[in-house]
Amino acid sequence: MSVVVRTVTRLLVPLALIFGAYVIMHGHLTPGGGFQGGAVLASVVALLIVAFGAERLRRRQTSLTSVEDLGALMFVVLAFVGIGSTFFYNALAGARGLFGGTEAGSLWAGGTVPLMNWAVGLKVMAGLGSIVLLMALFGGDDDR
Amino acid sequence: MNLATHVPILAIAVPLLGAFALPLLAKVHRSLRDLWVLLVGAFTVAMLVLLAVQVFTGGILVYTLGAGTPGDTVPEGFPIRIMLVVDGMGAFMGLIAALVGIAGLAYALQYLEEEKGKTLALTLMLLLWAGMLGLKLTGDLFNFFVFFEITSVAACGLIGYRVWESRPPEAAFKTMVMYTLGGLLILLAVGILYGEYGALNLAYLSAQIGQGPLDQIALGLLLGGLLMKAGSVPMHMWAPDAYGEADPSTAIVLVANTQAALYGLFRIVFTLYGGAGSPAVGGLVTALGALTVIVAVLMAVLQTDLGRLIAYGAVSQIGYMLLGAGVGMATLGAAAGGEAGFGLVALQGGVFHMMNDAACIGLLFLCVGAVVRATGARDLRALGGLGHSLPGVSGLFLLGSLALAGIPPLNGFASKLMIYQAAFRLSPILTALAVLASILLLAVFVRAFQGVFLGPRRPLGGTAAVPTGMWLAMGLLAVVVVAFGLVPDLMVRHVVAPAAEALWTGREAYLVAVLGG
Repeated sequence: MSVVVRTVTRLLVPLALIFGAYVIMHGHLTPGGGFQGGAVLASVVALLIVAFGAERLRRRQTSLTSVEDLGALMFVVLAFVGIGSTFFYNALAGARGLFGGTEAGSLWAGGTVPLMNWAVGLKVMAGLGSIVLLMALFGGDDDR
Repeated sequence: MNLATHVPILAIAVPLLGAFALPLLAKVHRSLRDLWVLLVGAFTVAMLVLLAVQVFTGGILVYTLGAGTPGDTVPEGFPIRIMLVVDGMGAFMGLIAALVGIAGLAYALQYLEEEKGKTLALTLMLLLWAGMLGLKLTGDLFNFFVFFEITSVAACGLIGYRVWESRPPEAAFKTMVMYTLGGLLILLAVGILYGEYGALNLAYLSAQIGQGPLDQIALGLLLGGLLMKAGSVPMHMWAPDAYGEADPSTAIVLVANTQAALYGLFRIVFTLYGGAGSPAVGGLVTALGALTVIVAVLMAVLQTDLGRLIAYGAVSQIGYMLLGAGVGMATLGAAAGGEAGFGLVALQGGVFHMMNDAACIGLLFLCVGAVVRATGARDLRALGGLGHSLPGVSGLFLLGSLALAGIPPLNGFASKLMIYQAAFRLSPILTALAVLASILLLAVFVRAFQGVFLGPRRPLGGTAAVPTGMWLAMGLLAVVVVAFGLVPDLMVRHVVAPAAEALWTGREAYLVAVLGG
């Protein structure tokens, strides 16, 4: 792609990353959440493919797959955290640790919910990202 | 933490955790991955057996996710949380899943080849197992749909992951189309019911549901979606491709997965709708069952590919289960007026046949795997004389085919006899068709056995040695085939009867267990 696209991509990537992280982080407070934020993050991968070509990202594919796996694993493990009461029980809520705040509407409240948002966000980012990447790699002609 | 109270969720969560951790462990070392698979499999089987013991001795188990205690089902009088409800039928299906799951995993560990996507296939198998168990244990209609989709995606991945061959991806695509269509029908029904009653808890819906046109539309959609996934005859075209092209270890889990769809059908008709629409629904299911039995067998006669031949046999067995359950559904309304008896026997026969089919069809698929390993071929015309080099496998194949055709004293006979007797009371034609299909099935399998195992010795294209894991898996299923055939009374009285009873008269108990008295 042209130098214009590459330059704009370089500028846009950090912004998109921050916006995606914001959507995930505020998932328990505002519209959005893990899936939506993850999709925004995956758009970064799409943007990079458009600007620089899929070949340059080929090496990243295995790490994306691992991140997706980690996200899914993190989600199940977080569900297991509450097994003292029941599976999926929000054991961290109100516990005064990380995300253990008691004030409604606070970023640091919500217990395991914000953490689960991060798990879903990572999984969706890596999953959608590797789908887009694989389609670009094996989809035949990309115009460069 | 008290393990016993968490048994229902552990049976689903552990294989799920196992599936997600497996690719990461495989990156560390392959032997670690294999150990992990065995560990997860053994733990899940232990949980399922424990669950069955608890349910058969102590009645329905309810587990509410995310609540302060598992029994907190209706906070503020409304069942808002996701919950698992395990009655006799759910526990029985759990036992089937345990049997095929552990046999499939043990077989897959040694059958699959390292450079041909072994890690991928094992991951998807654990995921399919977890989805199947969720489908069987959940007490929430939307969760039911979610697990339905998990099994669909995992199953299609497992069928088609060997992209370097031409036929598996095609079979996977066909299956995907049918599963997605079925899933959409179910989602539409879920939407209708949610719009009408504002809840998706099965017990709550069951207490509210009526006979209005919307309820009947939803029932029709649910029936359509589930019959599609079960592979009943007008919607069966995906099944022979899927079973035939998948790895043998996958095929046996897929058979159990179609039975999970049948379980969903029974749950919807008996528990959710409480026999509403009987005898019309029962008549429809019976007719489809009879059609499935006969059409699938006639198709099996024509096959020359060993995998597809057994696949059509598997489809015809689904017909027997539909037949048994359909006769039960058709007489459920009359049963309330005092004329019980043969409907319940038919239902018991159908339920019992699920377990028997899982064992004997599973055994046949696993034998095909050993044949393919030894020769690299599945075409009946190219095979022959394998009895010389694979005597054990040929014996097990014969055992499986005799059981499938319903020859006493093997397990297929026990359940088929119950279906024959009860269906005869509804209409003798049904029994005549079912017996005819069994005879044809025997002919088909005698021909297959003769073609593959008898005759002069021929040169092999592969290795005839069967590793221990594969023997263990085949041996486990063979033991079930023989044992259930020798002591069917014991099985029916202690395991099958409580399962059928849970559907037949257990609706009240199901509602009370969730919603309270």
